[in-house]
Order: sequence, then structure tokens, then C-alpha cells
Amino acid sequence: MASYNTSEFRKGLKVQLDGDPYIMIECNFVKPGKGQALYKCKLRNLLRGTVLDRTYKSGDSIDAAEIDEIQAQYLYRQGDHFVFMDNESYEQYELTAEQVADAWKYLKESMVCSIILHDGQPISITPPNHVVLRVEYCEPGAKGNTATNVTKPCKVDTGAEFPCPAFVNIGDLIKIDSRTGEYLERVKE
Amino acid sequence: MSRDFRPTASWSNLQRRAELLRRLRAFFDRRGFLEVETPILSADTVVDRHLDPFRVVGGQWPVVGSENTNPQSPIPNSSVWLQTSPEFTMKRMLAAGAGRIYQVARVFRQDEIGPLHNPEFTLVEWYQPGDGLDAGMQLTSDLCEETLRRGPADRVTYAEAFDRCVGVDPHTSDGRQLAETAQKLGVASPESLSLDDRDGWLDLLLVERIQPHLGVGRPVLLYDYPASQAALARTRQDAGRPPVAERFELYANGVELANGYHELLDPSELRARNVRVNAQRVADGKEMLPEESRLLAAMESGLPTSVGVALGFDRLAMLALGVKTIAEVVAFPFDRA
Repeated sequence: MASYNTSEFRKGLKVQLDGDPYIMIECNFVKPGKGQALYKCKLRNLLRGTVLDRTYKSGDSIDAAEIDEIQAQYLYRQGDHFVFMDNESYEQYELTAEQVADAWKYLKESMVCSIILHDGQPISITPPNHVVLRVEYCEPGAKGNTATNVTKPCKVDTGAEFPCPAFVNIGDLIKIDSRTGEYLERVKE
Repeated sequence: MSRDFRPTASWSNLQRRAELLRRLRAFFDRRGFLEVETPILSADTVVDRHLDPFRVVGGQWPVVGSENTNPQSPIPNSSVWLQTSPEFTMKRMLAAGAGRIYQVARVFRQDEIGPLHNPEFTLVEWYQPGDGLDAGMQLTSDLCEETLRRGPADRVTYAEAFDRCVGVDPHTSDGRQLAETAQKLGVASPESLSLDDRDGWLDLLLVERIQPHLGVGRPVLLYDYPASQAALARTRQDAGRPPVAERFELYANGVELANGYHELLDPSELRARNVRVNAQRVADGKEMLPEESRLLAAMESGLPTSVGVALGFDRLAMLALGVKTIAEVVAFPFDRA
């Protein structure tokens, strides 16, 4: 079975503990200068959502989660459910709003996302790292203001809002980092 | 377009870091220290259970001083190392008659990555020949006062800190007692931490339950470490008490800033410690490090009594600027290097 050594620990790592898949949501490296290195981790159970605190010392390892990751395109939303289709098998998967979590902010029709399956059931989705969204509403920007450190909220075509630089206008296409929600740049059609 | 070509620290933070370094150099210059430079790439390396140096391969290297004569040794003769601290070479200077010396050195430690760690960092290291533990702590406190401006450092022994924060004697408790204490206090413990590993449990309790309180108001000097954590410090035994290492650490805001030793002078003791450390490293699944070095030759020729201190400059800058991560005070941390 595959496993991860402490030097590979990072946020987002999917591991198996006591038979359940977990995602590492925090990993803090602490080490007294002359002492034992410790990795203080928070792990969220991907099935139940509960969070565990575990501490590992350097050289320890954890089993990789027994999960499959598939590429699927987003089809539509139906009430509280989001429907995706496996690009290879054409099989459809439904995820709850809770499973989709913050990813709804980035979901546009036919966008290819990665879905994690545990025992064949979908448990979470991850949109592409960079997504392009259209600005539907924002306050008008001051002309000539090219500063990137002053931001204003911009509502995009998924219904979500992101802080963007003042020069962004309605109708612009903007690239957002889906891992952080950070504005990256304006893009052309 | 990838944006990670940019520095992580703001320009004003880099300016303030440079100003802090000027003040630190002026501090040492006023006190008669000579600034020195010694090799960062060396045939020798500090032998420590929990410090992993980067081994450098390639190139020709004339190994003389640390040539290993043991045919069973897994360490090739031609290995050279990026230094984890400039300790060995600066002590060789002391053995050759140097007075007070300091160095602002880049040092390297494998796998140390986090908000307070970067595998390449700046260490300010200084030596006070003729001085002992008390004078070393005094100068460390003066430097801290001058750079952080939060008053002189309080002094607390390792035993007092353990007594106050976790209620155990760190010098006499065995691994099982320390493990029970950790469990009672609700400290998440690594499953792989063995009950024989007393120092491992002490480190865990220190990091989890003591360090966060150290230097929250005024900075704190923690001193008289367990003899098993002497590293390159001498040990002392007071009547009726277990032996202690004449070693101290400076903490501010719960952050470890400096480590000082009343330096070990006895080469046979260092040889014995190197053998012990390598046995622990093998048990931990780590590579052995060279036990012979030019430092041993220097100690055999006679190292003067001295106190030596190493201070993490990036962390000092972090605290002086009131920020929480090293990435805010260095231009390019490891993931952008």
C-alpha cells in the first residue's frame, strides 16, 4: 500500500486512518533547535467531516487514502444537488451542497473537475486550480488606477463574489485561483 | 503567468531587516568582537541526532583532517557538507588564539520547513573566550534588549519551567512518567514515540506545554538543560542533584531565538558523544555523520574556556518587525528559491 513520509506531509494530502479516508487540513512543523522534529496535523474525515488532531515525528508515515480520483464535467445544479458526468464512462454522479462546499463559487457548465470516490461513491470535488469567470457586477473603477493593492468586491457569473483590483469592470473575464479565492489577472476572450 | 518570481517579504520589511543587521553588527563591534567568515562548505559537520546536513556531491575535495580511517564506515571520504552552523570552524579559530569573534552565516538544515523554519537561514554566531554560562547569558540578554527593545531577559532553569508548567522533574522522571504526564495533559503524542526515548518526551512537553509561555512578556533565558541534551556543552553536577548541561536558550513570544553553550573542551568526551549520537541516528533510520573532524584536532591542541551562542537572525527580524512568519522577512523562502 502506498504511504506518505513526514517530509511529504502537506495540506490537501489524502490519507487513510482507522479505515476511513482523511484529508490533511493543517500541518504545522515544530522543532526545538536541537530536538525532535514534530508535525502537528489536523485531519478531516472525508466521510463524516469530523476533525482529528494527530502529532507525528519525523520519519513516521501514514497510509495513502484508498480512494479513486476521476475527471468529470459539471452538468447542472438541481436543488441541493450538483450533477457531474464521468468523462470516460459517462456515468453521472450527484454530490450534495455540503460535499461540494466552497467549490460552487467556481462551477461553470462543462467545467472539468476532479471527483474523489470512496467505495465508488463521490465524496468531494476539486475545481481546476485556475478558473476564468465573467464579472457581472461591480462598482465602476477609477480610470487609470492600476494599483493591485486596493480591492473591491466583484460579483461573477457563478453568483460568487471575489475581491478584485479597482480597475476591473463589468463584463471583464478574470482569472481566480480556486485554492485561495485570490484574483490573479484579467484575461482576453 | 506564475507570480512566484516575486519576493514574499515587502520591500519595507527588507529595509527594516537590513537596518536590524546594521544595529546588530554595531552591537558586536562596540564590544570588541571581530567579524569573521568561515567555510559554509566543509569536510566536517556537526554530529547531532536531530540535525540533518545537506551532503554535497560532485567536484574534487582534498580530504585530510577528517579522513575516516574506519573501512566499515558508510561515509565516503569525499563527502562535503553544507554547514548546519559555523561552530566547528569558529572553535578552530579560538584554539588558534582568536579573541572575541562573531559571524553572520548562511546555514542549511534538511527538511526544516514551516512558518518558523526555512532550510537555508541566517545564523549569527559568536564566541566569548574566557567567559562562562553567566556572561554568555548576559550578552545574549543585552543583544536581545538592544534589538527587540523589550527589556532584559528573565532567567528560568529547565527544571523550574517543567515544574511550573507540567509538574514533573525533567532530570529524574523516566520516559513512562513523562508519557503519562503528556497523556494527563491531553497532549497529542506520536504513536511511534518510544517510552525509552526520554528526550523525545521532554521535547514534546517543552514544545506543547512550555514553549508557548516562554518570553510572552519579557524574553526568557531557559538554562541548565538535561545532561542528555548537552550536544556540545559541558555538563556540571551540583551536590545531591542530577547532572545538567551548561546550555541555555533564548525565547521571546514563545519563539526559540538562540542557543548557547559553555563549550565542551574535552576531545575524548566529544568522541564518545559522537559515537552515541550516530548509534541513535542509525536507530532513527538516519545516515551516520563523520565522527572525526578538525575540531577534535583543535580540541586536542587546546580549546580555551569559552561560551558560544548561535542566534536565528530571521526569527529575530520577525519578532522585531512584529510578523508571524519567516517568509515575511526573507525575499525568497525555500519554495521560491
